[in-house]
Amino acid sequence: MNSALDEYREVSPKGTVDFLYRLSDLVKGKSFLHLNAVRYGGGMSEVLRRLVPMMVSLGVQARWEVLAGTQEYFVVVNRMLNALQGRDDRLTDEMYHTYSSIIERNAKALKLEADMVMVHDHQPAGLVDYRTNGCWLWRCHLDLAQPQRPAWTFLRRYVLKYDAAIFSLSGFAQRLPIPKFLIYPSIDPLSPKNRDMSRSEMTQVIDRLGIHRVKPMLLQVARFDRFKDPLGAIRAYRLVKKHHDCQLVLAGSGVMHDPEGEAVLAELREAAGRDPDIHVIQLPPEADLEINALQRSATVVLQKSIKEGFGLTVSEAMWKGKPVVGSTAGGIAAQIVDGVTGYVIHTVEGAAFRIRHLLNNPGLMNRMGAMAREHVRRNFLITRQLSDYLTLLKLLPAS
Amino acid sequence: MTLPAVAPFAFIGCSELQESIAHQADDEKELAELIEEVPLDSIHFHTHSYFLRHGLIEGTYPNDFAQWVVVQIGDHVLGERLAVIDPFDYPDLENLREEIISIIDDHLSRTPIIPRVVFGQPFHFKRSRILEVPIGLEARTLQEFRDMVTDIDVSTIYYHMFEAHFRLRREENDFSAWIRSSLGMLKLADRIRSINPYQGSLERLRSKLITACDEFLTGESARV
Repeated sequence: MNSALDEYREVSPKGTVDFLYRLSDLVKGKSFLHLNAVRYGGGMSEVLRRLVPMMVSLGVQARWEVLAGTQEYFVVVNRMLNALQGRDDRLTDEMYHTYSSIIERNAKALKLEADMVMVHDHQPAGLVDYRTNGCWLWRCHLDLAQPQRPAWTFLRRYVLKYDAAIFSLSGFAQRLPIPKFLIYPSIDPLSPKNRDMSRSEMTQVIDRLGIHRVKPMLLQVARFDRFKDPLGAIRAYRLVKKHHDCQLVLAGSGVMHDPEGEAVLAELREAAGRDPDIHVIQLPPEADLEINALQRSATVVLQKSIKEGFGLTVSEAMWKGKPVVGSTAGGIAAQIVDGVTGYVIHTVEGAAFRIRHLLNNPGLMNRMGAMAREHVRRNFLITRQLSDYLTLLKLLPAS
Repeated sequence: MTLPAVAPFAFIGCSELQESIAHQADDEKELAELIEEVPLDSIHFHTHSYFLRHGLIEGTYPNDFAQWVVVQIGDHVLGERLAVIDPFDYPDLENLREEIISIIDDHLSRTPIIPRVVFGQPFHFKRSRILEVPIGLEARTLQEFRDMVTDIDVSTIYYHMFEAHFRLRREENDFSAWIRSSLGMLKLADRIRSINPYQGSLERLRSKLITACDEFLTGESARV
């Protein structure tokens, strides 16, 4: 028996762990290399930290290498990120040159040989120029639906050299002549952000954040960013407040050294005015326990984003047995089964209408919350992603 | 007491890899045109693996086409007509494809406008690659079979009940075929064959299988 995986017996669907053992028998001894740009920070690193040891414990020679970049390089890839996601960030020829030279330097330093090499996102994508053996997959976690053309043209040149690309949703992909697979990202149910919490631990955190423990809580966890529409969340709350004595918590990070974040925060504070039931909480990066406690204490979770990546905060809340009222942006609607685990909404009014309906029907809220947790258990846990990666390793031959 | 089987039943689970194909529909006419054009694998994906992806949840529409026209377009009339299609009524996927197209064409001929996505998402066609995974369990008696069905991963139920239909090109699923040919329990085999997997989730299917086995085993012990 194997401890890294056996810990998931209690939380994953029936038979899953045994199935993973049998699946791993088909790929035992094969090597699998993950390449990305950061060791810490962000959902991808969070999952890789857990996923790679799990693969190793199943007999796969899994490794995770991180690209070494300069400050200048990270400025370039951040601009590239914005441009790929449609923002008007221009890149100069010099910037493209910086990218290529860092890639070349890393190609010399990194050991790139493996049966399967999975390159995450755009930062290390250029390493494909130095591929030797194995099957190379480009794992794109971004929404590439409407990129700035120059940035995509630059990146596409590399992407075409891969054996296949993997996107989180069909709608995030661009047209490509290589196979395009679809794999949802996942959450780790045993991580500090999602593990079970005792009532006293939860109470401690909620009290520390200054939130009323009895009043029904509407919660949106999101970076302070206009795309997350926190002002829309306040407008929805005000429509609900006419009928229910509730409170709204907007918890997020991303303000430090970010002028837009600061501006959004100022707008929110102004919109909240003197309403003591609106709590705008700035969280430090990786405030996992706080997010866990907030999601567990919430009555209804809201995700009112206008533009979103996959939006795994939805699955995190659903895992804690909460019905989620979410917009159609990004991957939010892909996680909610409308009318069963929560509601998909299109407007502020729709959000208010559904929240009111839920607050009027505690029984429905509990049933939806229970279904939400089961839906996540079967579709959005790390065990499912592990199964997908092992399947890739078995099904895709090296070119 | 049940006798051991002539040959054991070896359970096989499966893992599905979803692949996007470069077709997307924004309205119902386009949907019908593309259903005509896409590989049969894609028809299979959108009418079958919905169950694999929703192993527990019930109450939603049982295939992706019905789900899309209701949720993204808001056309409940076509959604209802597509929802009652039972893939088991068709000998192969080509016939199933023709039926779906014919329902959409008939619906469009009675509709003054072509319903299309306004605020929702387009329909993205996909297909899947299925990896068979022998899970290392073999049943030699009905009791063993019943106990193993209780604990297996739902993909195993999917593989033997759904995949079997088109893989074997016959009405029998793997479970009923084994119970008939290896255990010789014809009545139980008929009952399990008659379970329609398209009506309910994989978990409900598991419950139905267990109930059928339990009732048969209880009857057997009463006779002894």
